[in-house]
Amino acid sequence: MTNMINLLLFPIILPFLFAILLLFFKENIFMQRLLAFIGLTVSLVAALFLVAKVKTDGIQVITLGSWPAPFGISMVSDMLSALLVTTTLLITLLVVVYSFTSIGKERERYFYYPAILFMITGVNGAFTTGDIFNMFVFFEVLLIASYVLIVLGGEKQQLRESIKYILVNVISSALFVITIAYLYSVVGTLNMADISVKIAQVGQPGIITVIAVLMLIVFGIKGSMFPLYFWLPGSYAAPPVPVLALFGALLTKVGVYAIMRTYTLFFINDIGFTHEILLVLSILTVIGGCIGALAYFDVKQIIIYNIVIAIGVILFGVAQMNEAGISGGIFYLIHDMLIKGALFLLIGIIIYVTGTSNLRKMGGLMKTHAPLGWMYLIAAFGLAGVPPLSGFIGKLLIVKGAFEAGTILGSIIILASSLVVLLSVIRIFIYAFWGAPTAELPVTNHRSYRKMMIPAVLLVILSVLYGVGTEWLIPYMADATDVLLQPSIYIDAVLKE
Amino acid sequence: MKTNDVILQTTTKVVFFIIFLFSIHIFFAGHFAPGGGFVGGLLTTGALLLLLLAFDLKTVQKALPFNFIIVIGIGLLLSLGTAAGSIFFNVPFFTHAFDHFTLPLFGETELHTAMIFDAGVYLVVVGSALTMIQTIGGDA
Amino acid sequence: MELIMAIVIGILFMAAVYLILSRSILKIIIGTGLLSHGAHLLILTMGGLGGIAPPVLADGVTDYADPLPQALILTAIVISFGVTAFILVLAYRTYAEHKTDNMNLMRGNDEHD
Repeated sequence: MTNMINLLLFPIILPFLFAILLLFFKENIFMQRLLAFIGLTVSLVAALFLVAKVKTDGIQVITLGSWPAPFGISMVSDMLSALLVTTTLLITLLVVVYSFTSIGKERERYFYYPAILFMITGVNGAFTTGDIFNMFVFFEVLLIASYVLIVLGGEKQQLRESIKYILVNVISSALFVITIAYLYSVVGTLNMADISVKIAQVGQPGIITVIAVLMLIVFGIKGSMFPLYFWLPGSYAAPPVPVLALFGALLTKVGVYAIMRTYTLFFINDIGFTHEILLVLSILTVIGGCIGALAYFDVKQIIIYNIVIAIGVILFGVAQMNEAGISGGIFYLIHDMLIKGALFLLIGIIIYVTGTSNLRKMGGLMKTHAPLGWMYLIAAFGLAGVPPLSGFIGKLLIVKGAFEAGTILGSIIILASSLVVLLSVIRIFIYAFWGAPTAELPVTNHRSYRKMMIPAVLLVILSVLYGVGTEWLIPYMADATDVLLQPSIYIDAVLKE
Repeated sequence: MKTNDVILQTTTKVVFFIIFLFSIHIFFAGHFAPGGGFVGGLLTTGALLLLLLAFDLKTVQKALPFNFIIVIGIGLLLSLGTAAGSIFFNVPFFTHAFDHFTLPLFGETELHTAMIFDAGVYLVVVGSALTMIQTIGGDA
Repeated sequence: MELIMAIVIGILFMAAVYLILSRSILKIIIGTGLLSHGAHLLILTMGGLGGIAPPVLADGVTDYADPLPQALILTAIVISFGVTAFILVLAYRTYAEHKTDNMNLMRGNDEHD
């Protein structure tokens, strides 16, 4: 185990392997659940080993097929990607446990778990790859799996929304290919470290800036940035809650990660222009998300618009390009993955218990489901960033970075958005848990309610620990931030071999 | 509707094997010459498609009683297994090995592990293409 | 040669945009197909058109085309092939369920207030 050079690939290969194995047991639901659970657990253990290894030995690099570095496909695991991979597996594991009770046998029989595992392969691959075209391939892997997940079940609304979701993504993928083609014609390489070197050599002429903006559009569509998040609310509302939790916690974050990576590794020679665009768009994203989060009375929609707000906040941190801003962005990114997973699972339970997602038809749940209410309240405070919960440190660092960089107005908007976030999620609490019970609750199985609570509560506890244990996490975050701030660390690690 | 497609059916019985053998040839031609698992798989699918056109879905399913999802699974396992074999030798993933062997009948032959990988690709292509056709065609 | 390719790619993109903006699902899918074809040709052109040289480097060969764009295109073609097949099936199911292929009639989300 000590000298295993392929370790960084395990979180990608293992879900893939188990997804393949699951194809052989289509009808056997017990095997489906068992193998999905084992596969994710083993992958999670491998990912934890990976984090430990990256911490002690620095960035892990492997170039597939033993080709020399700029020619073969490099896989690179720095602290940021190792942490993201671990968080991804953790959330997926809990969502899968949640799915055992909530997704329904029909979907389980129709390749639900293999699709999730294939999607995780794509997500982890996109986090780990060091080759821009390979990133496109992993994006496609996760997208195709997500197409399956979003359409699975084939309800009328699902079909209608998945057509739109797929079309938007197909077009943005075509745009991705086009962008890569332009980039390749300018720098003549696809290895991300090598691209960074070559761009520094040519000194970012105009065409590179054009490519930077194109990349921003491509990843902005995937990551739902203003004004490209138009597809998100409709599409994400269609699938059942576990799928929604996975999408909301993971998929948009892959787009954000790609923006973080490219905007700290490639396009760093004309920050005045490219990062200014990123800054303005991120603030607009926050504002757009806030408007949406307040406008709806549908619990799903409220949390979905909170995804958009979070994306804006993270990108705002990245756009500062200083230590506090980027470190805050990373803190907030992982916090948001955890807390969005927790929130979606909790509102899934609320929807299950009340039988509706409309806030006006809910009320008085505190009398019957008090633990659910308290858990939701903790998660809601965590999302808004009430200290010492998990959202606080990220936002604090982001705002600190913004003040250092002199973007006062932006910081004020970010701070104000926290209040809107708090208002929007507390509204759910007030409507659903306070007041008199409005209607008879549908008859629900109390055992499955408790089974659904376990993963949700675990995620809430994890997010609380993430907030309380900030001090302990700082060395890891510092490693991740260093790589983003100093591209030379990344480049040396990849190209030295 | 009853159509008279004797000519098509009779020709198909011959042409199918020609295409199929050619697809095998293309498959083995890979690595040094144009060809390989993907093209070979597509050609095989083409041959099977011809069968489907000449006869119908039920007849073909009776002749080829496979579950094509399983075929995809086996193909993926082969490919992943070949690529992952490198893990046990602690060399980078996907590193392939080859050597020269003297085989009866063929004489000296160069054998690659990439071949097994390609066989996996072949199965995946055939399996997924036929799954698609079955899904759409079965409904009509 | 690059100029001709540029024009061809432009025409493909133009047709793709026109088709994608239409109402019928089928036309939109054909549009996405054209879009990805345009993108593939773009990769080929961007890698530099190597004339008639083969993309193989052997001993003594000095004139060879860049093999990377071709590998990229193959990958991209396979992906777009798979995705197109998937959308076609999906469009068919949607048509069966909604009894229409008009995107205008599939608008909206009537469940929210």
